[in-house]
Amino acid sequence: MAYFSKVLIANRGEIARRIIRTCRKLGIRTVAVYSEADVQLPFVREADEAYLLGPAPAANSYMNVEKILDIAEQAQAEAIHPGYGFLSENPAFARRCQERGIVFIGPRPEVIHAMGSKIEARRKMKEAGVPVVPGWDEDIATVEEAKRIAAELGYPVMLKASAGGGGIGMQVVHTPEELEKAFLATRQRAQTYFGSGELFLEKWIDNPRHIEVQLARDVHGNGIHLFERECSIQRRHQKVMEETPSPFLDEARRQALCAAAVRGMEAIGYTNVGTMEFIFDGEGNFYFLEMNTRLQVEHPVTEETTGLDLVELQLRLAAGEPLGIRQEQLRQNGYALECRIYAEDPKTYYPSPGTVTKLHLPEGARYDFAVEEGNPVTPFYDPMIGKVITHGANRREAIERMSRVLADMRVEGLKTNLPLLLEVMRHPDFQAGNYDTNFLQKIKS
Amino acid sequence: MDICASMSGTVFRVLVKPGDQVQAGDDVIILESMKMEIPIAAEEGGTVREVRVAEGDFVQEGDVVVVVE
Repeated sequence: MAYFSKVLIANRGEIARRIIRTCRKLGIRTVAVYSEADVQLPFVREADEAYLLGPAPAANSYMNVEKILDIAEQAQAEAIHPGYGFLSENPAFARRCQERGIVFIGPRPEVIHAMGSKIEARRKMKEAGVPVVPGWDEDIATVEEAKRIAAELGYPVMLKASAGGGGIGMQVVHTPEELEKAFLATRQRAQTYFGSGELFLEKWIDNPRHIEVQLARDVHGNGIHLFERECSIQRRHQKVMEETPSPFLDEARRQALCAAAVRGMEAIGYTNVGTMEFIFDGEGNFYFLEMNTRLQVEHPVTEETTGLDLVELQLRLAAGEPLGIRQEQLRQNGYALECRIYAEDPKTYYPSPGTVTKLHLPEGARYDFAVEEGNPVTPFYDPMIGKVITHGANRREAIERMSRVLADMRVEGLKTNLPLLLEVMRHPDFQAGNYDTNFLQKIKS
Repeated sequence: MDICASMSGTVFRVLVKPGDQVQAGDDVIILESMKMEIPIAAEEGGTVREVRVAEGDFVQEGDVVVVVE
């Protein structure tokens, strides 16, 4: 069933291709928009229509709200899929879509707004009885106030920008002196990046694990969870590798976590597909961290284990259709892993733009890639050039498959994190499921 | 002493001008690439003799950006 006749994709790279794939399957026509830097990328060619947005910098292209809306109108697209990043969690954009009579594929602008403020999101989750990290739920105005609160919480603490995200605008602070240094710098950075200098404090959780829950809910009030994803392998607070099910959870914990996430989703009247991120401490206590009101980069591991197409689900829910799936019908089949291939130095993590002179993707995995051989990887956007996803009857099988394809994969012309990913797959602690968010730091020191 | 770019990217900020005194470890340039800002620091102290890049320029990994004497 075609939920729309034509959809504009306000994004680029692998996620644009991913959305085009589902639209094509459903008989929906697609409109791509692209910057001058992306002319050669496959997503431009693979869409039914493509329109140039402007120069390479995101502010002049993928973030240009009115230009995107003008193109949508001109091309007669009924809906806009924002992908992830860029305008996907921008409530003003979602509102402008509504005002111009175009369906925004995502939740309501009010919900995006509420979850975009971490302070507000914490308050809402607390009200719903979802545990949050011990901390302070109001904007902290001065260094003195911050010091008083930090002393109350006990060092170390995490200083965070309320509007922050993607690992930017947060810092661990161990002493009052460090806090004094970090406070104004973080405020300034948050103001520059996110347009809001609001800061708050959370107790620092030692050796944490990041586990998130995939959620979906229709406009008729039917909500489900699609199980968890384990996302603890990170660098610079950004994910590098994800898997499901989490090797850390037993069945009782999994159920408690997913039930809490569903409770939070119901409480805010969430609609469409979204993800709630949690942090686990060493004792297995979990706390709400934030909600991502969009499709996640790592959604494929959920697709591989549930057999569902999450982009199709987004389209269906955005069209106002009922969910059509009940919780008790859902089962996870086997294990799935995802590795993100970044164009970066595997040791320093410094970006490595360039041209992909050779790309060999061996059989035995699902590849969601932004580039083909001969394509440029420019310095203007995120360093992720693609994702590798493997599935197995058990975790060991999924890891073995991943190790095999990573070892045989060839990406030449730029530096990538392939050697690091392979090292993770072969590490006994990873294979034993024994890791937290400090894992990469530990194996590299 | 030549200070080189540690990655390819755009010059986001130039923090010094010819004649400035710098200490070892002082940032002289901030590069930006793929949404990441990387400060480039002087390895030794001295006087800035030459700034070879301007804000907005694109540099390759290894390019000399600042010369310190």
